Amino acid sequence: MEESRNNNRPLSPHLDIYQYQITWTVSIMHRITGVAMTLGLLLIVAWLVAAAFSPGLFSVIDGFLRSWIGMIIIFGSLWAFWFHFLNGIRHLFWDLGYGFNLSTVWRSGWVVVLGSIILTIFSFLIF
Amino acid sequence: MVEFRLPKNSRLTVGKTWPRPKNAKNVRKFKIYRWDPDLGKNPRVDVYFLDMDDCGPMVLDALIKIKNEIDPTLSFRRSCREGICGSCAMNIGGGNTLACIFGLDEVKGDISIYPLPHMPVVKDLIPDLTNFYAQHASIMPWLETKTDRPKEEWRQSIEDRKKLDGLYECVMCASCSTSCPSYWWNGDKYLGPAALLHAYRWIIDSRDQATSERLEDLQDPFKLYRCHTIMNCTKTCPKGLNPAKSIAEIKKLMVEKAA
Repeated sequence: MEESRNNNRPLSPHLDIYQYQITWTVSIMHRITGVAMTLGLLLIVAWLVAAAFSPGLFSVIDGFLRSWIGMIIIFGSLWAFWFHFLNGIRHLFWDLGYGFNLSTVWRSGWVVVLGSIILTIFSFLIF
Repeated sequence: MVEFRLPKNSRLTVGKTWPRPKNAKNVRKFKIYRWDPDLGKNPRVDVYFLDMDDCGPMVLDALIKIKNEIDPTLSFRRSCREGICGSCAMNIGGGNTLACIFGLDEVKGDISIYPLPHMPVVKDLIPDLTNFYAQHASIMPWLETKTDRPKEEWRQSIEDRKKLDGLYECVMCASCSTSCPSYWWNGDKYLGPAALLHAYRWIIDSRDQATSERLEDLQDPFKLYRCHTIMNCTKTCPKGLNPAKSIAEIKKLMVEKAA
């Protein structure tokens, strides 16, 4: 009887009700950008492979990357890269045991968010 | 396992809206999670209104007022009302904390109150903490010694005693563990911040003689290493402790041990 009652117990709400905090928001973005960055990299690889393969194929992929959709993808991938890169550095500090004060976590989190945006715009303009 | 949606029997429904207090000028709205095992229905969110000019300053004061004056069926755990027993941990305004030491003025607008996240619910705001306590027990929360008992007490230098500050204060309220997404998805295998903070408390105790065994026990893909330094635990701890830092220190000791 105890067991059947336990199985009946509802699970309390979690993601839907938890307050947005820089802590877990940046953490989940780290994962998402990690995946997005890899997908963006595949596109760059395709671009290089096409360049080595034939001028016709290259112009197709190059054309796609230079279209507005391609530009959005490049811009997004760049941001994913910078975000993941900066937050990766943050993780290295954590692994060494530094930066665990809440105020430091808050500040370093915002450095990642704002820094990634600034670096993205900067590197996009150069590109 | 990662499962974003709640199981079918756990999805929220609209509950009852209880009457507003009469002749009150300073009214606040409370949305409170309700589930009664005897009804055989899904959980619901009830709405209550309280006159803030006639209510204590803490969230627990409001809950007790609701229970006393509006709805005696509302269930929650509470005891010391001063943040030392850890009974009244719940999710208030989206974050986990102790209702007794969390001021009503710390939440803007309506006040939402849910049980600690991603836990089986016994009734209303009361979660089933069986697994949480079992995990605490699994880290051997006591002094393990091998040498003969000293004539008097187990001595400790002032410096060594200082290492326990920021650890011994934990009241096991489960706010941190139930704030941790890693614990939500893998709470059966990952020990969670509270149990790991306690693990660290015994690992660095200068009097303990089972440090190596304690570390070995944590050498597992889940128990310790499911911590991805999300930091929700430290952010939410109502006692201002830093479980994430303790976990990082254990990870460092693991590396040193392996080297």
